[in-house]
Amino acid sequence: MRVWKYGDDINTDMLFPGKYTYTCSTAEEIKPHLLEDLDPEFAGGVRSGDLIFAGKNFGCGSSREQPVVGLKAVGVQAVVAKSYARIFYRAAINQGLLLAECADAVDAYKDGDAVALDTEAGVINVGGRAFSFPKLPPEILAIREAGGLLPYTVQALRGSGGQPRRRGRGNAAQG
Amino acid sequence: MGKTFAEKVLARKAGQAEVVAGQIVIVEPDHLLTHDNSAAIVGKIGAELKEFGIARPEMPVIVLDHVIPAANEKTATNHRITRDFVGTYGIKHFFDVGVGVCHQVMVEKGLALPGDVLVGSDSHTCSYGALGAFATGIDRTEAAALLLRGQTWLKVPETIKVVFSGELQPPVSAKDLVLTIIGDIGADGASYSAVEFHGDFTGLSIDERFTIANMGVEMGAKVAVFPVDDVARSYLSSIGVGADRYESVWADPDAHYVRELTYDLGAIEPVVAFPHKVDNVKPVGEGADLEIHQCLLGTCTNGRLSDLEIAAAMLDGRTVASGVRLLVLPASKEVFEAALDRGVIARLSRAGGLVLPPGCGPCLGAHQGALAPGERCVSTANRNFKGRMGCKDAEIYLASPATVAASALTGRLSDPRKMR
Repeated sequence: MRVWKYGDDINTDMLFPGKYTYTCSTAEEIKPHLLEDLDPEFAGGVRSGDLIFAGKNFGCGSSREQPVVGLKAVGVQAVVAKSYARIFYRAAINQGLLLAECADAVDAYKDGDAVALDTEAGVINVGGRAFSFPKLPPEILAIREAGGLLPYTVQALRGSGGQPRRRGRGNAAQG
Repeated sequence: MGKTFAEKVLARKAGQAEVVAGQIVIVEPDHLLTHDNSAAIVGKIGAELKEFGIARPEMPVIVLDHVIPAANEKTATNHRITRDFVGTYGIKHFFDVGVGVCHQVMVEKGLALPGDVLVGSDSHTCSYGALGAFATGIDRTEAAALLLRGQTWLKVPETIKVVFSGELQPPVSAKDLVLTIIGDIGADGASYSAVEFHGDFTGLSIDERFTIANMGVEMGAKVAVFPVDDVARSYLSSIGVGADRYESVWADPDAHYVRELTYDLGAIEPVVAFPHKVDNVKPVGEGADLEIHQCLLGTCTNGRLSDLEIAAAMLDGRTVASGVRLLVLPASKEVFEAALDRGVIARLSRAGGLVLPPGCGPCLGAHQGALAPGERCVSTANRNFKGRMGCKDAEIYLASPATVAASALTGRLSDPRKMR
């Protein structure tokens, strides 16, 4: 498992160039161009289970969802960043990609540190130190647990998944 | 405790007596905007559309604008798939290639009204805050789910209050103002938040308010919103929207804000967002020696009639510098025709401008106007990200229409105050 580390304000053009937005939509079309203008080694080098560590405002810019679809498709386990742009944050929920918001874990990470993620507990271990990150409120977690927004929506329309609850206070969901 | 705009508009839409920041609500948006990405959105839910149909055929608004006219077989096919979908499912609001950029079309056609809750699979959907709407961007998958189900969740945002006083001193304009704000608070300065504009802004035209609201997402905002005043009502009336068609909403005087900022508009100076971040904002003078290869005037940020007129007035009777390409991208066909009738297009063209179809292509490197390695572009668009205009080794400088026109004349990044 490898950690790919990047800085602040990584925008969606860096994650997936705009020039491909209307010619590449499927996961297979997206994969070769992931992070093309940010890190040319990423698309060829990323393996299932890898993690991305980044600074603040990860995923800012365009609403294009190819970065999220692509990162999910290549098996990125999670993104751990100091903060996220809101459309990217929603897109990750909708695709079932885990985003951990944890500035301390990002600051603590040094090249070569062992990293382990416990999604259930909302804890990430970096170089032997444990950091907790906020979990999604239950009604939003339900979307990710259904496998993403489309399976969730179909469940709701068929009545088996029930309607989403109308009230609730969320702490982590930023959408 | 009073309520913010976001708390009031979302409570009304969710059918609740009151909501507070942090709460999650379920809403049925008044409209869902999609554009050239409609083909990909529909492609996700082919079987589901057959099984469930469209939740509300009057909700979707589809505007073909991002790659127009089609660049190749793939993008032409996207357009054809979209037209087929519109026909099959009886989509009521469809605007084909050439009508204009989606955000301008939404407004011109009276589909973005005060007090509405609007979502769109485009980040600059926040533009409609200029008319007192709660408008925000979403991704393609959420757009697909909305087509099927007609509802989505929103977290009620915290709100930042920005108070204006004074008046902009031309050629300083709204673009300089919003870039100054973004430079001050950063590209994530309003993340997850609503931004409300207060104080005295009667001097800001409706075009200028669209420029400011359009750039809300560049400070991370969920929505960026002006109250509905005489300027807004007069604009709505001019497009045939009477006050009986909307119910505007505004914050209570004692609403709670997480942050307050004040700006004296009279003190704003021409600024430029240097590569490769929108918050890398500096006075235009700091780039005075930089050679420019392309100027882009227009887009959903600054492609309205008043923007083109400012540039035409500066270029009138002169020609752009040798070696500079001036691309003109009107925000819509209506804007183009108004500019045509008033002689603005003739003046821009005779000065050396090349008028393109009213679309988005050059702004995101998707179609026309791409840059070569080592080239610099001064642009009135909203993003200067690395690679944005098709080349990661080119540079984009964001500025006002006046600064773009001044720079086109000199071939160097130029202060418009020195060109008059």
